Amino acid sequence: MKNLNSLKTVKLLALFFISSLALVSCSNDDDHDDHEHEEEVITTIIYTLEDDNGNTVTLTYDDLGGGSTVSGSFIANTTYTGTIQLLNETEDPAEDITEEVEEEGDEHEFFYTSTISDIVITKDDVDDDGNPIGIETSLTTGDAGTGSLTIVLKHEPTKPNDGSSDNAGGSTDLEVTFAIEVVFT
Amino acid sequence: MKNIFVAICFLINAVVISQNCEYTLKGEVIDFHNTTPIENAAIKVLNTNNYAVSDINGKFTLKNLCNKNITIEVSHIGCETQTISIELKENAFETILLEHHLDELNEVVVNTTIRAENTSISQSLKQKTIDDFTDKSLGDALNTISGISSLNSGSTIVKPMIHGLHSSRLLIINNSVRLFDQEWGDEHAPNIDINASNSIEVVKGATSLRYGSDAIGGLILIKPKKYATTDSLFGSSTLSFNSNGLGGIVNSELIKTYKSGFYGKIQANYKQFGDFKAPDYYLTNTGTKNLNASFAFGYNSFEQGFDAYYSFVNKELGILASSHIGNVNDLVSAINSPEPRITEDFSYAIETPRQTVLHHLAKVEAYKRFKGLGKLTAQYDFQINRRKEFDTRRGDRSSIPVIDLRLFTTSFQPNLLIDAVNNWKINTGFLLRFQENNAVFGTGSNPIIPDYDKYDAGFYATAEHQLNLFSEISAGFRYDFSKIEASKWYEIEDWENNNYDQLFPEFESGTTENSDILTFPEFTFQTYSANLGYTKHYQNDFELFFNYGLASRMPNPSELFSDGLHHSTARIEIGKLTFTKETAHKFIGSLQRKHQNFGFSISPYFNYIKNYLQLVPVDIETTIRGTFPVWEYQQDDARIYGVDVDIDKKISSKFSYNGSISLLQGDNLTDDVALIHMPSSNFINKITYYNKDLNQLTISLNQKTVLHKENYPDYNFYTYNATIDDYVYVDISTPPSTYSLFGFNSSASFKAFKTGNLKIEFNIENFFNTSYREYLNRLRYFADELGRNFNLKIKLNY
Repeated sequence: MKNLNSLKTVKLLALFFISSLALVSCSNDDDHDDHEHEEEVITTIIYTLEDDNGNTVTLTYDDLGGGSTVSGSFIANTTYTGTIQLLNETEDPAEDITEEVEEEGDEHEFFYTSTISDIVITKDDVDDDGNPIGIETSLTTGDAGTGSLTIVLKHEPTKPNDGSSDNAGGSTDLEVTFAIEVVFT
Repeated sequence: MKNIFVAICFLINAVVISQNCEYTLKGEVIDFHNTTPIENAAIKVLNTNNYAVSDINGKFTLKNLCNKNITIEVSHIGCETQTISIELKENAFETILLEHHLDELNEVVVNTTIRAENTSISQSLKQKTIDDFTDKSLGDALNTISGISSLNSGSTIVKPMIHGLHSSRLLIINNSVRLFDQEWGDEHAPNIDINASNSIEVVKGATSLRYGSDAIGGLILIKPKKYATTDSLFGSSTLSFNSNGLGGIVNSELIKTYKSGFYGKIQANYKQFGDFKAPDYYLTNTGTKNLNASFAFGYNSFEQGFDAYYSFVNKELGILASSHIGNVNDLVSAINSPEPRITEDFSYAIETPRQTVLHHLAKVEAYKRFKGLGKLTAQYDFQINRRKEFDTRRGDRSSIPVIDLRLFTTSFQPNLLIDAVNNWKINTGFLLRFQENNAVFGTGSNPIIPDYDKYDAGFYATAEHQLNLFSEISAGFRYDFSKIEASKWYEIEDWENNNYDQLFPEFESGTTENSDILTFPEFTFQTYSANLGYTKHYQNDFELFFNYGLASRMPNPSELFSDGLHHSTARIEIGKLTFTKETAHKFIGSLQRKHQNFGFSISPYFNYIKNYLQLVPVDIETTIRGTFPVWEYQQDDARIYGVDVDIDKKISSKFSYNGSISLLQGDNLTDDVALIHMPSSNFINKITYYNKDLNQLTISLNQKTVLHKENYPDYNFYTYNATIDDYVYVDISTPPSTYSLFGFNSSASFKAFKTGNLKIEFNIENFFNTSYREYLNRLRYFADELGRNFNLKIKLNY
């Protein structure tokens, strides 16, 4: 009986060893070199604004080192048509993320605020529920001045909301600020 | 030896004689260990008046035995009496070996606390306390012990903390297997099913060297029950229901034991909760689902035996929806808002963020005793931990885990206990361990913890020596060697900014892709630990303990390799490849009195930790997603000291009082500030009424107060909020205010069936529905703790 027991023990130990070896060897798929790509990255925001006369202002934020750049100045008392483009430039060619946001329009919303109080920005597009998204916008300038323009993209905000990003809840996917200037021609 | 209350009698072989009742069985009774004769053992032939007593040389003679099968009974003072059948054929001389030393088998017989080491300072949770926490977690149950607190993420992720230290600094030993379940993470609760254990011992110091040299904070030993070697079938079922979270647990266990020494046990439970409720609102997405099971079987005799054990923990945990934030402005909004931003109606649904964890643990252990030497034990175990964390993501990715880690660990550890020499107990053994972490591909997110292979080898020797009847000393030493081979992609910019291209050119693979470089970091660490303990027993049940422990720990993978945004927490976490090992010197003393009428324990401690690794906010960084606090791992010198006081007083035959106080101070000596995330001073009072004659009716009232933490490091900062064109204050450091909670417990037992009993419990937690927040809850910025809960428990033993 004693021998039988120790024999059983040895067998059992052997069984455990073998099964664990099998487990290790099965799972050891040597994917050490696999390079996991960050899929949800937005590296670049391009906010392009154009007035009726074809004057453009482009606000660009590049997270890969370029930072915030503004080409051109806004002209006072003018209405611009604005479009946001989001890119993931870690991919080659760059991936356009704008479509993804548009498809999930009911879960996203852009918020625009400027320290120049005369600037009015309205959202021209709507999601499936008829609430604004903010990829397409109209920007109207008033008097001349300098200040900043901030763009915030919220994920899962309360929709509809009072139009302020602070009260909309949700979590922030993007938050960039540009130094802008409104001038008289 | 304190544990000698009972000796287990053991008899090998037997002998014989011929016709009639004229035959004689001669023999001697000797000690199994040191082969010294045992005097005054009684040897009795059952159902007769024929008996003998061993003389000073252990010799005995049984005369007038008949030619048939006889049963003799061998007993000695303090021995569990054993009966042995003998077939008599001739006159014979028989050597009977008696066992005086107590080992694990004594737990069958004696209902007393068995310490890991007699000189260690530890406290235990008994079956009753474990039952009380059947539908809660290990951390919740341990929180009832003075000096033990927990680091929480919400109410279901509870990490035990011993004297302010947690995660990689605590060894959790489940059924003598060291738990490896990505324990480095603050939001990773230990994968332990509390219902599978019988007793839980907390060792408040680095005194148990058998399990590792890195127990800087201490050890938590989770032990199964040892069963008596009788033919029996028994079990229990528990049902618990809670008003808060509208959930509970169903747990059952069934045990079969045999007189031959074989036993088998099966245990399983299912636990589910929906959204918990703070006093004023539901904590949306805090539900949980668990399915746990364990199986054990084995054979135990005095001389040899084996145990096989397998346990399975499968849990899905919802994490407070409001705690998912995008950047520091979201955090400021959460801190300044009295209510979480998402408070929906009650639901059992578990959405993102959530975690799913699957943990398998299997072990087999076998032992054999050798006459005149001791006991050799060999243990082999393996564990598989699969952790997935899901976050709120864009573009249908919420169903893809953002973290997906698979950790495999296997180890082999033999131990030799030498107890042949009187008053000495020596343990020595070694450890071989292999661990493989696989950051499973396909998450679409940079893994925080990279793929790695880790090899460990260790050696230890400990000795306990009984100086005299009243005092005992112990000493031990352990050495561990670890090698880790990782594979990780770094951003070339980060790699160079950290100077790694100069320090570790040998890690570079030469492979680059876009702006990333593939590296193969490889490190070896040698860690040592040692301890020294002393115990003295005085008259009037006073006991004095003193312990010194040296422990050292290699940096864990998160401390070495973290380098990016931890998505759901909206903070950037940075580790360093240059970290060295952490070394702790812990001194702990304890004066105790165990007495029915008035018992107490006062345990002061002092822990000096060189190169203490901690994660602290150091900077802010602006990205396209806004501003993030940057948390960096730092290595500082630290000092943690404090005192735990426990008091038990019997007021009258039916009333008793328990109280405890824990005071702790932690200092970062390098920066001359307090250490982050140290528990606040707290005290507990409890009055219990117990009437044994009235169905063991127990009614108790308890109160716990946690004081506002005065000493805390101030890492608050200002951040610019562009939408309001102003700077805002980010208060991430100030601890919440003092709170007091009151609770009510009651229970009664009733006879059920022939031998079983039924126990009914009714409890109320947070009686006054107090709104409060706890400093050690990582989600304290977002929501209050749980409100009032009514709990009904029914346990049937059969």
